[in-house]
Amino acid sequence: METLEEKIDARPMTIPGFGRALRSEEMVINMGPQHPSTHGVLRLELIVDGEIVVDAIPHIGYLHRCFEKHAEHMTNYQQVIPYCDRMDYVAAMNAEFGYVVACEKLLNIKVPERVEYIRVIMAEFQRIASHLIAIGTYGMDIGAFTPFLFCMRDREAILDIFEQTCGARLLYNYMWIGGLSHDVPADFAEKVKRFCKMFRGTIKELNNLLSYNKIFVERTANVGVLPADVAINYGASGPVLRGSGVKFDLRKNDPYSVYDKLEFEIPTGKGLKGTTGDCWDRYMVRVDEMEQSVNIIEQAVDKLPPGDVQSAIPKRIRPDAGEVYVRTETPKGEIGYYVVADGTASPFRVKVRPPCFVNLAVLPAISRGAMISDVIAILGSVDIVLGEVDR
Amino acid sequence: MIPQEIHDNIKTRFGDAVVEAKIDGVIDPWVKIAPDKIKEVALFLRDDEALAFDSLMCLSGIDYTGGKLGVVYHLHSIKWNHKITLKVDVTVENPHCVSVESVWKTANWHEREAFDMYGIIFDEHPDLRRILMPYDWEGHPLRKDYQVPEFYNGMKVPY
Repeated sequence: METLEEKIDARPMTIPGFGRALRSEEMVINMGPQHPSTHGVLRLELIVDGEIVVDAIPHIGYLHRCFEKHAEHMTNYQQVIPYCDRMDYVAAMNAEFGYVVACEKLLNIKVPERVEYIRVIMAEFQRIASHLIAIGTYGMDIGAFTPFLFCMRDREAILDIFEQTCGARLLYNYMWIGGLSHDVPADFAEKVKRFCKMFRGTIKELNNLLSYNKIFVERTANVGVLPADVAINYGASGPVLRGSGVKFDLRKNDPYSVYDKLEFEIPTGKGLKGTTGDCWDRYMVRVDEMEQSVNIIEQAVDKLPPGDVQSAIPKRIRPDAGEVYVRTETPKGEIGYYVVADGTASPFRVKVRPPCFVNLAVLPAISRGAMISDVIAILGSVDIVLGEVDR
Repeated sequence: MIPQEIHDNIKTRFGDAVVEAKIDGVIDPWVKIAPDKIKEVALFLRDDEALAFDSLMCLSGIDYTGGKLGVVYHLHSIKWNHKITLKVDVTVENPHCVSVESVWKTANWHEREAFDMYGIIFDEHPDLRRILMPYDWEGHPLRKDYQVPEFYNGMKVPY
């Protein structure tokens, strides 16, 4: 009497043993360098066992322009600012903010209060704009296309405000060492308030459309869980760190500019839909942060003092030999500038600690054991901009 | 804890490993450590209850010119909210330094970057490859005496 297996093997066109003792070994899959949902030129080398990711190795550097070498070769400190813009091109204001704060600390300049308030307003606007891109494209990665259009519509309103202020919509060169390139237009306060009123409604709309959408929650909750101690050890910052439940925001914990005079909350991940530190938490921190940014903008516009925005700009920028490390909070996390001056007119060394670079390093740790399709969800929730990863 | 106390703590524990220190008159106080002792100092700083430096903010390579290279570690404690800067000096002839990758995972990619840009070799690093430049690139671009090569794999480099 032949067994069931022997019967199956005896069928025509059948490889004996196939299906029972299926050859099983790990396989390497390349994702990228231009995968549509990788947010830029990133290559992920995935080692998979079936559909489970055993290891993920990011290969970066495709957009490397050697910002740091450029900075050393500039004839003065001011010329570095446009290069800062081009690192994180969807949050250029925040990138320049860090650099000018570092240079001002090195030069020991006190900036007029009006300048500080305008900078904070612009930085928070940029934070909202950057988060809108992060949220919109994240929805698109998962398969929700409509929220992306809603997000882009609101981002456009912010870019209009930027354009009226400094003429540029994406790369501004707006914050200068000691001041700003332009004062705000006459009807600025009115426009900002109108935007804030409109935007609060938009956040509700976005929550109904995407945040609590069942399909979206199923795809993101309990996926890519990043425990708090791992996040800290990897140096993760921004929404990635706060999504893991760590209440740490440089605007509160290491205040710069006038953030200590403004009232706002730090949203953290609480594991409402799954585990603390999952993709949904990281996503939701961004949504909550946008609401806090609106609060900050409204307070700052009310407090905006009169004055000249260019009175403190130094005629000659030549700091004494010394070094400074300044970190500020960008939408992606903590950007750090380590600027070394040697007493000449150009910087001796400018090292950037880009938040995306550090956050991306967490990716292999949290995608181990996930499905291939979840890797897209995890990568989107980390929110990287390759221009900043590669510099 | 103020920087002076942090320095005293390291000094009493490690003694000779502290090569130099500057606490007053600088924006960020720093302590210079011998290259072969940096990992032990880092472990102590992370695990000591009163110091608890749980995060490495930034790790930078630097070329001081004249054959001298350096590594700068900016540390921060989320628990106590204090900071310190550590420095390590190496030379072009002997660019070896012990990796702190096992202490803070942040160092993994940052050390790869310092290796890529300055040629500083971090002993005990699990995966010391180039990170930003192509894997077969020659030379270390951020060194002050770096010359841009004419050709890379048959392609003209200067544009």
